[in-house]
Amino acid sequence: MNNATASNASAHANLAIKAECRNFGFHYGDFQALKDINMPVYDKKVTALIGPSGCGKSTLLRSFNRMHDLYPGNRYQGEIIMQPDNTNLLAQEVDPIEVRMRISMVFQKPNPFPKSIFENVAYSLRVRGMTNKSELEDRVQHSLKGAALWNEVKHRLNDLGANLSGGQQQRLCIARALAADPEIILFDEPTSALDPIATASIEELITELKEKVTILIVTHNMQQAARISDFTAYMYIGELVEFGVTDQVFVKPQKKQTEDYITGRFG
Amino acid sequence: MFTTAAIVYILVKESWIFFEAVPIRRFLFDTQWTPLFDDAHYGIMVLLSGTLTSSAVALLVAIPLGTIIAIYLSEFAPFKVREIAKPFLELLGGVPTIVYGYFALVFLTPLLQKIYPELPGFNLLSAGLIMGVMIIPYVASLSEDAMRAVPMALREGSYAMGATRLQTALRVVMPAATSGIASAYILGISRAVGETMILAVAAGMQPNLTFNPAESGATITSYIVQVALGDLPHGSIGYQTIFAAGLSLLLLTLTFNLLGHWLRKRFREVY
Amino acid sequence: MMQTQDIQAIRDIIRRAKRWDAFFGVLGILALMVGVLTFMTLFVDMAIQGMGRIDANFFTNFPSRRAEHAGILSAWVGTLLVMLVTGLAAVPLGVAAGVYLEEYAPKNWLTDVIEINITNLAGVPSIVYGLLALGLFVYQFGFGQSILSAGLTLALLILPVVIVATREAIRAIPQIIREGSYACGATTWQTVKDHILPYSSAGILTGVIIGMARAIGETAPIITIGALTFIAFLPPLPFTGVPPAGLLDWLFAPFTVMPIQMFNWTSRPEAAFQTNAAAAGFILVLMTLAMNGTAIWLRYRLRKNITW
Repeated sequence: MNNATASNASAHANLAIKAECRNFGFHYGDFQALKDINMPVYDKKVTALIGPSGCGKSTLLRSFNRMHDLYPGNRYQGEIIMQPDNTNLLAQEVDPIEVRMRISMVFQKPNPFPKSIFENVAYSLRVRGMTNKSELEDRVQHSLKGAALWNEVKHRLNDLGANLSGGQQQRLCIARALAADPEIILFDEPTSALDPIATASIEELITELKEKVTILIVTHNMQQAARISDFTAYMYIGELVEFGVTDQVFVKPQKKQTEDYITGRFG
Repeated sequence: MFTTAAIVYILVKESWIFFEAVPIRRFLFDTQWTPLFDDAHYGIMVLLSGTLTSSAVALLVAIPLGTIIAIYLSEFAPFKVREIAKPFLELLGGVPTIVYGYFALVFLTPLLQKIYPELPGFNLLSAGLIMGVMIIPYVASLSEDAMRAVPMALREGSYAMGATRLQTALRVVMPAATSGIASAYILGISRAVGETMILAVAAGMQPNLTFNPAESGATITSYIVQVALGDLPHGSIGYQTIFAAGLSLLLLTLTFNLLGHWLRKRFREVY
Repeated sequence: MMQTQDIQAIRDIIRRAKRWDAFFGVLGILALMVGVLTFMTLFVDMAIQGMGRIDANFFTNFPSRRAEHAGILSAWVGTLLVMLVTGLAAVPLGVAAGVYLEEYAPKNWLTDVIEINITNLAGVPSIVYGLLALGLFVYQFGFGQSILSAGLTLALLILPVVIVATREAIRAIPQIIREGSYACGATTWQTVKDHILPYSSAGILTGVIIGMARAIGETAPIITIGALTFIAFLPPLPFTGVPPAGLLDWLFAPFTVMPIQMFNWTSRPEAAFQTNAAAAGFILVLMTLAMNGTAIWLRYRLRKNITW
């Protein structure tokens, strides 16, 4: 896999790296789910992780914010280094909560909390100890605008988050992730539970967000990866097969395996 | 179905005989309960005060402890601890209440008397405390079930925002499980109000209009036991009082159950 | 964007939040300990108090005015017979009701009402069942203060437990099993008899044991129907009287049961009787623990062996 990274590196040497997997591996108990992954995540770009079901793309994504720490028996190997402070996110002494405050996440199915729209967004600020009401209001408004939801909900901020439509709920979850000014946002198949119109609005939003924040997205939809990402990583059974600029990966893949998957001749 | 109809039928029919002799106004507002004396008074308030006082003591123990245990087991405890604690709680809930009553009388009361010597041998306090311990398993176990039922996706959402376990438990999981936790509390209240043997054994049976748990007192339930133990003839007014008392008790618990039902409907979670 | 100098502030907040976390972890264990310790104390205290009284004679003697001669013979025999009646009444009725509600009953407002009713019944205090039995079995039906009245009272009491357990066990059977059976041309009754009941039997058994364990310890409703507390004779053994009418003599015999015997001893002032109460209580607790333990173990086994 080292060559995959190396062959592309020259093409965008001038880009800043936000995070980087070095010899990264992951075990669920005795089962090795990921092995030997080396991959950069470029600053303020969208990086898509694609591959067939079970290839480990979600597992990789959830390693970035240490979600695996929630369940017993999981084990990381290697490093995920975050810049600019050169911190190894997986290091024992690094608190997973601190990692999650720097790296937000949006899930596959919208999961608004059983609270009002306002409180859903304010939640990530409250866990950071923010109590000042006007500051909270400002930040919530700002985040809702950032998630293109403000105009739809500004008159009903006290409604339950669950009363929104599916697409709105997902944008609410994006607003929640945005509120705390994260450095990276992880998207785990964010549109797989949504209809095409809602999907389009989320995709548009992601494209806008990359101005401000680094994005890592898992998707099972190759057109989606092609539409919104700058870089694409193709994974297969726990390994990184190919990584490169999205256009290149889709137009002129280096590996036969990648080409088979992209052209639908897979399996 | 048949049972409910039968319960209502018997209680209403037998109470009817009672209320034909004693006007309902005297039943509700008299401040004395002396149905077996020549100068008979039938103020249910007296028994109600005993019931409410002992239940309040019990709930002050059971609701906080039960809730803490539920949160701990559902959100904090390692898998192993939960696997052992849950069945243990169930065993605890299966201990006959007469045994708890015995324990309150011969163990807890003397212990409390060491701290507070004026405490009478029969008192609502130690009966209430033990009743609380008896109710803990119900509250804990049902609340825990409700919290377990909250989907993992909500927890992950909270953790992904950088929340700690306690923040997740208090601000996301508990609000999401409100209706289940509320029904657990309601069941706890029903148990406390309807508990009989602990009070009959440890709280004494003297009717006493008081809200002071350090006194002895009779409750609706222990009064029924007292009459049933004596040999009043069936059909006498004294005897019919127990049906009137039972009807009051049924109405009380029914109110709580309906409240619980309404709460469940009102706050039904849609995940 | 988060500045690196913010990190220190963030770390402080995290440290504070985590301190609360750790505090609550300890609080949880302490709360659990209150329950565990109370139970341990209760158990050990009763064992110490009562152990001296537990010998063969304690099981074979009748209650007596002299504490050291008093035993629980009539109590445990009574408990056994009452439980026999309870089981015979509650199990068939409860299982039938559960099966009917799950497999036969149409889903309409009536079944909704019945459903609410069953949940409500579980919240009715046991002493109210006692009053029902007093009015209905003892006087209306004229069963008197007998084993039959007591057994039926407790049966009514545990009926909701059995019904709920039956329904849950049946609901755990996947729909494909039913469809498979119907696809072979089976009638509803054949499906129930050949598939639903056998596959749910372990779950039903668990519920029955839990219900019976509850019934064994119930005191209040039995006191309410006016069970005597001083019984120095045994009821006739089941089905031993002169046929045909004598066969049912045992059902109408007066009786006492374990918890009543214990209550009787507890309410006596002499210390020697308190010892007897402790001994009886200890045996009673062992009985309920054994029954509930069996049920929990059964359920645990069941969960492990689920094959669909």
